[in-house]
Amino acid sequence: MADDLRKMSLDIRRAVIEQSFRAGVGHIGSCLSIADVLAALYGNVLRGDGDDPARDRFILSKGHAVLALYAALHEAGRLSKSELDTYCTDGTAVSGHPDHALGPIELSTGSLGQGLSVGAGVALGARLSDSPSRVFVLLSDAECNEGAVWEAAMFAAHHDLTNLVAIIDVNGQQALGRTSDVIDMEPLSERWRAFGWDTHEVDGNDPDALAAQLEALPATSTTGKPHVVVARTTFGKGVSYMESQVHWHYWPMSEELYAQALAELDAAGASAGATIGER
Amino acid sequence: MRRAFIDSLLELAARDDSVVLLTGDLGFTVVEPFVERHPDRFFNVGVAEQNMLGIATGMAQSGYTPFAYSIATFASMRAYEFIRNGPVLHELPVRIVGVGDGFDYGPNGPTHYPLEDIGLMRLQPGLGVVAPADPEQTNAAMDALAEHPGPAYIKLGKGDERVPGLEGRFRLGRIELIGDGDDVAILACGGMVGAAVEAARLLAAEGVGATVAVTASISPAPLEDLAELLGRVPLAIALEAHYVTGGLGSLACEVVAERGLGCRVVRQGVRAVPRGESGSTRHMWERHDLTASAVADAAVSVLNSSR
Repeated sequence: MADDLRKMSLDIRRAVIEQSFRAGVGHIGSCLSIADVLAALYGNVLRGDGDDPARDRFILSKGHAVLALYAALHEAGRLSKSELDTYCTDGTAVSGHPDHALGPIELSTGSLGQGLSVGAGVALGARLSDSPSRVFVLLSDAECNEGAVWEAAMFAAHHDLTNLVAIIDVNGQQALGRTSDVIDMEPLSERWRAFGWDTHEVDGNDPDALAAQLEALPATSTTGKPHVVVARTTFGKGVSYMESQVHWHYWPMSEELYAQALAELDAAGASAGATIGER
Repeated sequence: MRRAFIDSLLELAARDDSVVLLTGDLGFTVVEPFVERHPDRFFNVGVAEQNMLGIATGMAQSGYTPFAYSIATFASMRAYEFIRNGPVLHELPVRIVGVGDGFDYGPNGPTHYPLEDIGLMRLQPGLGVVAPADPEQTNAAMDALAEHPGPAYIKLGKGDERVPGLEGRFRLGRIELIGDGDDVAILACGGMVGAAVEAARLLAAEGVGATVAVTASISPAPLEDLAELLGRVPLAIALEAHYVTGGLGSLACEVVAERGLGCRVVRQGVRAVPRGESGSTRHMWERHDLTASAVADAAVSVLNSSR
């Protein structure tokens, strides 16, 4: 299982690199930081799919990293390769931010700070309906600059929404600089704890640790609080020249850098013993 | 109007388990009957209108029909992008209930005057926009919206006076006429309908025939009804406690221009930010020429000048 999740993470990263190069678009660093979170969710954690009302919901509130979600959906068999290949082409719903017109996308996002409110509403609705659905919302650390995030945080804690899980991708970068230089959100876990959430810190680039943490959440909820997983990640994880480099929030790759990125991912796959060349 | 709304909501909730009521910590002496009857279907989200609309969106995605209640300015504008990206984008049956006609909150001042909400809401495709004129029309509008699959914005005035001649008529996408004069059409919705009817009475005394078009269904827009009406009168006056841009007057201009009609349109609305002066609703109406006599004067003046 561990090898499977690592392979899935690598395959997500590879698809992110390939598709963003083909499409000539950016947001690569933000996608790479969440590849392991998505591998854990779509590889191990999320139950049910399609129109099943009891399915778990996943909302990508940091919608600009949607390419990683498409890649994860593809790995999970919920998005075909031919659909994935339309990413950012004319006329597609496989666009630069999530569009719910695309079947497996639960919520159209792209305006930061809105996903957690909607997720809390879905979680409240699920509880009122005695549905076993859990709701996972992935936010970015800089997204927590948005006041509406904290409105939702207060609401979810007040209403004891234990079926709601927020995951914060703490990659430390935002569009114009380091989060610590723009609006320092630390100590982030303490802030969430102060808002009434059960807080869990985890290595956000370790898919096994993430899966174990996420799977354990509802069972370990004895406090009646919603859960937040503060996932410490590396911006641009997996491609050496992108790691923690702010300009990879926006920049697309040159041909040379594209080849280097793929080579690094292949090398990582080989050293991890993951199967290479199945893409 | 608010009492009529909550009565209708109670009836609706009795036959539809999906109905829930959210409020942004407003509705004192209004929401209590609902809270008593359905405590498990009432959520005070606190002073957080953006979150209220996000919660409503999520609950609607879970199969509920949320009514999200606040003062019109906060319900519409603070939460605007949540409305756009939530119920509108996802075509969900969220009902946003905004309390207050333009100057209903009189002494409370400009932060409480919704003078652009009709225009803002009208911009969103598929969002029903309804501003009933009196309690009976509120009941009828709530009945009509029960069958409306998409999202809607309901603007509730604070007045409870019955509009003579309206008799609770309301249809989505239609206007309701009072009178049948051919000299001038007076368009109004919400709290201004009373003044429109009174203006028609004043004009009748001067031999000018007026038809009042109660335009409570702003979206879906009553385009055919308006085209028919504006095609047979030389003058239309849109009376609105709303900025002249974006509201009923704009809607009338769109119909006249797009259909190539010859009708002249006067937008009798608010032309400047009401800063530095508040007062009773009646005082504010008078300061902004939103009275029956101002409408009658405008009608006579325009009709005389074009003779």
